[in-house]
Order: sequence, then structure tokens, then C-alpha cells
Amino acid sequence: MLGEHAKIIQFIGVADGITGRKKLQKMVYIAKKLQFPYKEKFEFHFYGPYSEELTLRVEELCNMGFLNEERQDKGSYVQYKYQMTDAGEHFTQMAQVEEVSPSLIACIEQMKQKSSRFLELVSTLLYFDHLPKEEQIEKLHVVKGKLNFTEEEIEEAFEFVMNLMNERAIH
Amino acid sequence: MSYATQKLAEEKVFKDPVHRYIHVRDQVIWDVIGSKEFQRLRRIKQLGTTYLVFHGAEHSRFNHSLGVYEIVRRIVDDSFNGRPEWDASERLVVLCAALLHDLGHGPFSHAFENVFDLDHEEFTRAILLGDTEVNEILKRVSNDFPQKVADAIAKTYPNKQVVSLISSQIDADRMDYLQRDAYFTGVSYGHFDMERILRVMRPREDQVVIKSSGMHAVEDYIMSRYQMYWQVYFHPVSRSAEVILTKILHRAKALSESGYDFEQQPTHFKSFFEGTFSLKDYLALDEGVLLTYFQYWINEKDPILSDLSDRFVNRKLFQYIEFDLAKDYMKMRELEQLFKRAGIDPEYYLVFDSSSDLPYDFYRPGEEGERIPIHLLMPSGEIRELSRESEIVEAISGKRRTDHKLYFPEDFLTEDGKKKALKKQILELLK
Repeated sequence: MLGEHAKIIQFIGVADGITGRKKLQKMVYIAKKLQFPYKEKFEFHFYGPYSEELTLRVEELCNMGFLNEERQDKGSYVQYKYQMTDAGEHFTQMAQVEEVSPSLIACIEQMKQKSSRFLELVSTLLYFDHLPKEEQIEKLHVVKGKLNFTEEEIEEAFEFVMNLMNERAIH
Repeated sequence: MSYATQKLAEEKVFKDPVHRYIHVRDQVIWDVIGSKEFQRLRRIKQLGTTYLVFHGAEHSRFNHSLGVYEIVRRIVDDSFNGRPEWDASERLVVLCAALLHDLGHGPFSHAFENVFDLDHEEFTRAILLGDTEVNEILKRVSNDFPQKVADAIAKTYPNKQVVSLISSQIDADRMDYLQRDAYFTGVSYGHFDMERILRVMRPREDQVVIKSSGMHAVEDYIMSRYQMYWQVYFHPVSRSAEVILTKILHRAKALSESGYDFEQQPTHFKSFFEGTFSLKDYLALDEGVLLTYFQYWINEKDPILSDLSDRFVNRKLFQYIEFDLAKDYMKMRELEQLFKRAGIDPEYYLVFDSSSDLPYDFYRPGEEGERIPIHLLMPSGEIRELSRESEIVEAISGKRRTDHKLYFPEDFLTEDGKKKALKKQILELLK
């Protein structure tokens, strides 16, 4: 059980911090969908795949001092930034979890550069990846109608997933 | 008259200790309740191992599913009936989704899913869409009806009001289980004025909101939820039983993988150990089956499987201490080494357990795209998030609440026998 906590710290450490709870959720979900070994269970919520287990785990890690949470007031909304602490780094070493693979590092780096809106799109498409592409897009419009994703964005999201999968296969 | 609108000649009622009566008029609902997949829920307890702490907690997912159905029925037939924002053609979908939302739960589902890396939501979907009696009944409504019900439960259904009624932060699922679990455990928490909440629920474009005049009833519901989590769902002794149950399944799986020759062949588990299980295999399991195997496994040659099974069946649970991982994670390593030296396998007998491993959650005000919060409908027509209006809810939401325990068999460490000094050293570290 400690291993699952340590993997989340590692993830945030490799990303050199992640800004946004939604972004963190979507990044871990996408990594899990790419068969990286994350055990958190995700369900579909209003904002796409969401894991209460991950939320609680991050809260626990903040309480333990292994992650630092910074609340950023953006006027009309708030945002949270997460970073690995020195104690967190030490803990991951002691927990003896496997080192992060080069393919996961590449995946995290690519995801971090994207907006949370884009990652919401990618993770929602991946949530319906058991469907043919046309039905995936149809389902996206049903559950995310208000976000008005353009055809270009959707194509970019498919390409992004393909790149990540290729990256995963190469390493 | 089509099957979708067909009514029973006479209304059927189930006597229920929480809602007094559960009313069924629709033929579809009556037929679904009679299906073997739904009847299976009688053999799966709602609260898993909690009955080992609160002896009344023997109620099943069958009771709860009927309760969720009844709450949704009252909402759509009474509170929402005739309101222009509610599409009455969604009635049967939402009733079926309410009734069937837990259909995929397995025996002691949290532990079972953890060990075999399963997800009951996927099984719910598989049962609704697969070759089952439930699917056959739902298909008689229309070919796409099973898919609609599955989408409503999976929260991917187009009508968000339907989704909100089944799964949101003030949904019929929670309103039923809080009251039902309180009733059967016998605790004095978990009670709130549900009738009032149902009366002030209003359908809006893409969610269900609560009239602000009902805020105090919702505050009571949030407080009940908060208290039930700490008093019942996070109960450390019930967690001890769940830790042991999980370890039994882990041990049986590990033995099977190592080619161990079971005296009683674990036929029902074989395909799960091998990862080749089918829906039929899953549906053949219930808590009676698991407990029967545990009885057999008490007599197995493997001392760990035998001991853990005996502990679960005869309620000889692990002891626990509060464990601050931030401060003590080096101690954890030391304990693991000492356990090994004492001949006690830490893999099975030294278990760190944290609240994030539990399938229950708190109210979240929905900051930054988390879960949709509870919204109040103000007299001006404005929508406001609950914790911004209620000081009580504000005080208990958004706060970090985590809990960590370390479980171990104290009796192994205090019994007379070999390595007394080493065991004493372990006990001192644990105290």
C-alpha cells in the first residue's frame, strides 16, 4: 500500500510539480490508460474521469509532508499546485518502488505541457476507447457538449494519444 | 400497451424498515427484481465486514438497491412530476438505473476487487449488456434500453438530471445507505429529514438543485455523512477484518500460483487466480461461497492460509496502532525486518492501512473541477454552492481528514514460545 503512495509522489516529482487538481487527475488517468502501473480507480464524473482515491491519496501525502500543496487565488477561481518535498523524495527512496521508466518520464513531460482542458478532452476520449473512433467522438459530444471541442482539437487529441502510445512502445 | 408502460394489475409493496414501504407498479421493475442477477444481491452484504463490529449490519445490497429505487420513485413521481424542467420520458431509465446501480458488486467487493484488480462498475455494465436475465428483460423495453441504463449508471448519459439522481453528492444512493446503515448498525448518527430534502429538490438544466429554504435539512444530511464515515465506515476493527480478508485472498492466490496442492480445490476461484474468469464465474460467487472456502481453508496445511482463515471466521482480529508514516516510515522498515527474524511474514501480518483505500468519500465543494457540489437555488434564482451559504458545511468540508493504522497479530507477539526477546522488542516498537 505504501508503494501506491510513493508512485504518486514520484509522478509529481518527475513532472517537477503539477498545477491544477484537474490536471493531476487527468495526467494520472492517461498514464494508467497507457498501462503504466497506477492502481487508483477512476469513474466518470462531470469533468471526465476522476478518482476519489487519488484525491484522498494526495491529501494524505500533503498531510504527511511528502507533497506540498500551494493554494493559488486566481480571482474568480482557485488553483492548487503540488510539488514533491525533500521528505517525499527521501520516502520514495526508502519505499523501494521501481524507478520511473523513460517512457513514463516522456509521457509525463508531454502531458505537462498541455492545458487541463486538452487533457480533459484526451482523457474523455480514452474513457470511451472501447468504442470505434466515430462513436468515441459522438460520445464526447454527448458528455462534453458544453465545452464545444473543435474538430481540430479532437484530431490533435487522437494524435497526442498515438504519440504517447508510440513513445510507450519505443522505450 | 407497451412493455415500457405496462403496469401490474395491483401495486406490489415490500415492507422496509427505512422507507416503511417500497412501491412497485411497473411490470419492468417487478420483472427485474425477480431476475437471478438481482436476487444474487441478497447474498452480498451492504457493509462487507462491518457485521463483525456492529452485529446488526447484516443487511444486503438487495435491501439497499430497493431503497434507492424507492427514493428515486418518490422524486420522479411526486417532487418532479409535472415540472417543465423534468422530462417525464426518462422515468423508466432512472428507475431502472436506481434499482440496478450496484448490480456488479461482488462478495466483500472492496477486498475482492483489490486482490483481483477488478471493478464492480465494469461488471454492472457487463451484466446489463451481456447474456443475462436482466438484459433480456430490459431489451423487451427496447433494444437500446440496456445501454441507456448502463450509461445512466456510468454517468455518461446525456440527461444530467438522471445522472444526478443516481450519482451526485446528494443522490438517492447516499440518502438510502446513510439511513439504512445507521438503522442496521444501530448507531444514532445517519438520520436526517429526507422527506424535506425530497420536497425541496428541483430539476434544472443539467443538474438537480436544492431550494435554499431546505438548506438546514441538507446540513443535517452532510453532518450525518461526516459522522457515519468516522463512526461506521472507517471503524478500525472492521478495517482489521477487511485487512485479514484481503490477506486470505492474497495468500490463496499466491499459493495457487506457486502450484500448492489445496486439500479443498478452490474451484470457484481458479479462473480468478489465472485471470481467465468469465461473467458466469463472477456471478457464481457470493459471500456464502467465500465463507465456505474460508471454513475449509482453516484445515489447510499452509499455516498462513489456515491461520488467516481462522482469524476471519472466528473473529480473532489483528490489533492496530495509529501510525504516522511521515514520522515513522523508517520504523516500518525496521519492523518488517524484525517480523522476518521472528518468523512472522510481514507481507501478511504487518499491514499499513490508510483511509484513501476505502470506498467512501466526504462532501467536496467542487473547487477546481472536482466533483459537482451541492447547489442551492436562491430566491433570486441564482445558484450558490452549499458551503458558501452554510457555515456548518463550510466548517467540515475541504478539510483534510486522513487516517492511518498499522495492523498486526498481537497474540503472535505475546504468546509463550521461541524468540521471546525479539517479540518483546517488536512490541516495544509498536507501543
